[in-house]
Amino acid sequence: MSTPMVGWKDLPMAAVPFLSAREYPTGEWAVFQPKIDESKCVKCGLCWMYCPDSVYRWDGESVPVPDLDHCKGCGICATECPTKAIEMVRI
Amino acid sequence: MVVQKSVSQTMMALNGDEAVAWAVKQSNVDVVAAYPITPQTIIVERISEFVHNGEVDMEFIRVESEHSALSASWGAALAGARAFTATAANGLALMWEILYITASTRTPVVMAVVNRALSAPINIHNDHSDSMGARDSGWIQIYSEDAQEAYDNTIMAFRIAEEAMLPVMITLDGFTISHTLQNVSVLPDEVVSNFVGIRKIPRIKLPHIYGEKEIPLMLNPKYPISFGPLDLFDYYFEHKVQQNEAMKASVPIIEKVHREFAEISGRSYEPVHMIPYKTEDADVVLLGLSSTMSVVRKVVDELRSEGKRVGAIRLRVFRPFPADMIRKELSKISTVGILDRSLSFGAEGGPVFMEVRSALYSSSSKPTVYDYVYGLGGRDLPPKLIKKAFNELLEAREEPEKPVIKYLGVRE
Repeated sequence: MSTPMVGWKDLPMAAVPFLSAREYPTGEWAVFQPKIDESKCVKCGLCWMYCPDSVYRWDGESVPVPDLDHCKGCGICATECPTKAIEMVRI
Repeated sequence: MVVQKSVSQTMMALNGDEAVAWAVKQSNVDVVAAYPITPQTIIVERISEFVHNGEVDMEFIRVESEHSALSASWGAALAGARAFTATAANGLALMWEILYITASTRTPVVMAVVNRALSAPINIHNDHSDSMGARDSGWIQIYSEDAQEAYDNTIMAFRIAEEAMLPVMITLDGFTISHTLQNVSVLPDEVVSNFVGIRKIPRIKLPHIYGEKEIPLMLNPKYPISFGPLDLFDYYFEHKVQQNEAMKASVPIIEKVHREFAEISGRSYEPVHMIPYKTEDADVVLLGLSSTMSVVRKVVDELRSEGKRVGAIRLRVFRPFPADMIRKELSKISTVGILDRSLSFGAEGGPVFMEVRSALYSSSSKPTVYDYVYGLGGRDLPPKLIKKAFNELLEAREEPEKPVIKYLGVRE
């Protein structure tokens, strides 16, 4: 995080996040991340629906695109994909 | 309690639980989520009757456990509601996780704890082991002496909680107060309603997310925020210090609310945090909580008539702990006995003893302090045992003897 650290006097009360979760690159934790084979993808959107971290961006028509900065690599998308279009690869 | 002239009030025969339920009924509460447990049950029964009969505009959530009762109250309060719950003993123990979460997310839930002994063995009667165990959870704690005070404290608790942005636990002794019928002066509905008002939501500044905008501190789809997500070694410590500072900041709020309440009700609990009785020239003093102290004051009167200089102090607000007031009040006393209705197993004394003696350590004149543990599991403390404690304290004044902990009313 490049933002300067804030002391208790300036921190908003009630343990609400000081920064948006968008600014935490939780993808750094991952060991495996998804790689999509676009030729196998049937655009069903199950990966988009199942992802616990809302990593997938999907317009409802094209191949969903994962935001790898926030993908922790759980592999749920690869398990749920009905056509095995998602492979978890070591990064 | 000092009674002054005020608005005309209705005298009702209520037990302590009913008095709390009436206070909730009158305090513009939006949501009650509670699970019945002896000796708190009557509170839940009365409130559900009020809701069923359409006497209140309130949502009553029937939950399946105390963990859910406090979770639902917490969630309702986060969404901006005025929320209330009530429990006792093992129910409070089951709420443990959410006690800390409610306090650390600065959620002004009000809870009545009807003090009851913790299992095992199962015991439904009064001691303070339940709420004393929760003393470090970040809740303000106010102990009531009788049904009237339970009613008054409940009303005041909403104002205190919402101004301090901290949850408030008000307590009443199981059965001794909760099930004992007493004349209770009930204020007119509109007077209480005006006193508590409608809950105001404070605003917080979130510097980076919404472009320096101020947003209301609540769950609101217009400004989506999360309460209490991950906070590791980077910010957790700062949030804890904030909570501790909020406790300190609640002291003048508690005093102000008590004074304003005295104006409408005529009932003053000055000096609020603790109430001394005949301590000005006393050699020894017994300090304790809740209903026991009315008997102690009676014994003080009897011993005074025999020429013995004894006094009593009833502690009302245990969190935030009034250390400065305690130091000042006890500085001229030579021997102090603490009445502890709970144990801290393995410690040198009970919770009240440890707090009071710790406060006195930085005092230039240190009285000798003994701890009298009494009344566990509802064991009676008759006046003759209180007299025995006073007489022991009057005799043992110089060097502190060991052990400092004594048991009143236990068989050896």
